[in-house]
Amino acid sequence: MLSLLQDAGRFGHHAIGLTSGGPLDGEAFYWANRLCLNGPEATALEVAQGGVRMECLGEITIAVAGAPMPFRVNGRTKALWRSHKLQPGDIIELGYATKGMRTYLAVSGGFKAEKFFGSTATVIREGIGCPLKIGQELYCGLANDEQWALPMESVPRYSDSVTLRLIPGYQFDQFSRTAHNVLLGGSFTVSNRLDRMGCVLEGSPVESPETGMLSEGISLGAVQVPPDGQPIILLNDRQTIGGYPKLGSVLSVDLWKLAQSRPESQVRFEMTDLGAAQKIIKHALVKRESIRLKRCL
Amino acid sequence: MRDFPHIEVAGENAFIIYCGKAMGEGVLDRVRRIDQTIRSEFGALVIDTIPSYASLLVIYRSDQVNGSDMKSRLKACVTELGDSQKILGAGRIVTLPVWYSFESGADLKALAESKGLRREEVVALHQEKEYQVYAIGFAPGFAYLGEVDERIAAPRLSTPRKRVPSGAVGIAGRQTAVYPSESPGGWNLIGRCPVRIFDFQATEPMPFRVGDCVRFESIGRDQYMDLGGQL
Repeated sequence: MLSLLQDAGRFGHHAIGLTSGGPLDGEAFYWANRLCLNGPEATALEVAQGGVRMECLGEITIAVAGAPMPFRVNGRTKALWRSHKLQPGDIIELGYATKGMRTYLAVSGGFKAEKFFGSTATVIREGIGCPLKIGQELYCGLANDEQWALPMESVPRYSDSVTLRLIPGYQFDQFSRTAHNVLLGGSFTVSNRLDRMGCVLEGSPVESPETGMLSEGISLGAVQVPPDGQPIILLNDRQTIGGYPKLGSVLSVDLWKLAQSRPESQVRFEMTDLGAAQKIIKHALVKRESIRLKRCL
Repeated sequence: MRDFPHIEVAGENAFIIYCGKAMGEGVLDRVRRIDQTIRSEFGALVIDTIPSYASLLVIYRSDQVNGSDMKSRLKACVTELGDSQKILGAGRIVTLPVWYSFESGADLKALAESKGLRREEVVALHQEKEYQVYAIGFAPGFAYLGEVDERIAAPRLSTPRKRVPSGAVGIAGRQTAVYPSESPGGWNLIGRCPVRIFDFQATEPMPFRVGDCVRFESIGRDQYMDLGGQL
């Protein structure tokens, strides 16, 4: 039960040690915002696991997208992946996720929140913002006239077995052939050490090379391997520098799958390369933009 | 053995430029020169850079330039710089006051004893050098400064503390640092600095950046309190 305000993230301040923050599941975040007719950077609420009850104080539009969790307004079940116009006094309830880990609640105009270094992203570790508290009031824009839904066929599916595409990089060449084979040959289990900083995978140890390396900058999705051989995939709230050898980075368009994986889920890696990865990403973004929302009555 | 600098892929929108294998002022100078050139030449194409010891991570707008073009442009930039003998002007020198004592530095006594030094000698050795900022990370504003005199170098604590207060000055290996905020930590604490190292509200949140220099100046308890130090 952790609910955090997040916008698209904080960029341009890594050199003084600030991480990026932002939604762990960028896909669900995008859809929740788009259903409310918001831009892709609007501030929404990232609800981990669920358990939220809010009272609506004005006429607003909301949309809930992400891990399936019971969503009720005044006790009546409402659909995720579509926007709903609410009235003052309406009670919004989010129960507990039945699958996946995180759900996004977006509102018309986005939540108004204080910006630090150009972003509203909450990063608890850095003392920027704090989790939603009981009794807290949030502000947003007025309701939209129309309600929209994402067509069923475009709704992401959450699985307990995911494949992550990896661009080899950093110290990849310094890992042994055996280590490469272990990484690509088998599957890993998502451990319970997973949070907004990163996700530790368990499985056959991937032998980490003795590099004597100096701490260096870490990009989103980087896969680092400490001496115990259990890979860690670094996520939005990662430290900006670190000294463990890294195999490369997972594609951003695959990270949402990991962010929605529960402990005990299975993860496999698949190799790609920079050129192919950039095409995949471009294609995914164009495809997402081209999806047309359905107007609801 | 590889030649430096060399460029590796880091991720879908990031390259990392390695300028050397070991830490040193010459290597750091190269990292900084490349950083400055890239930031001024690439403008908004570069989202962020992370200079750290001997490398520079460059995060770029992959929606505006593809990876192979970006790599060639980085390569051209780095090669050009390699030929020039221009030395970057020295960074700023920032002086930080420190109250060194057994009360404010929980490990000062143990460190002095393990090194066979008197407390005053540890303090003198710590403040006689000018330190370079090699990297900033771990937490916002946490600067890795090097290198301390070998006589006061000490490994990290075998069990990190759950809570290190803000302003705590520590030593780990041949590095030293000021904890900008309260956090867990395993460095040997020898004193405390009353100056706020990281200010979220300020336009210039930190008094120094990678490549700048830091000196420490011993102050007493009263002065520490006068400067706004917390106990």
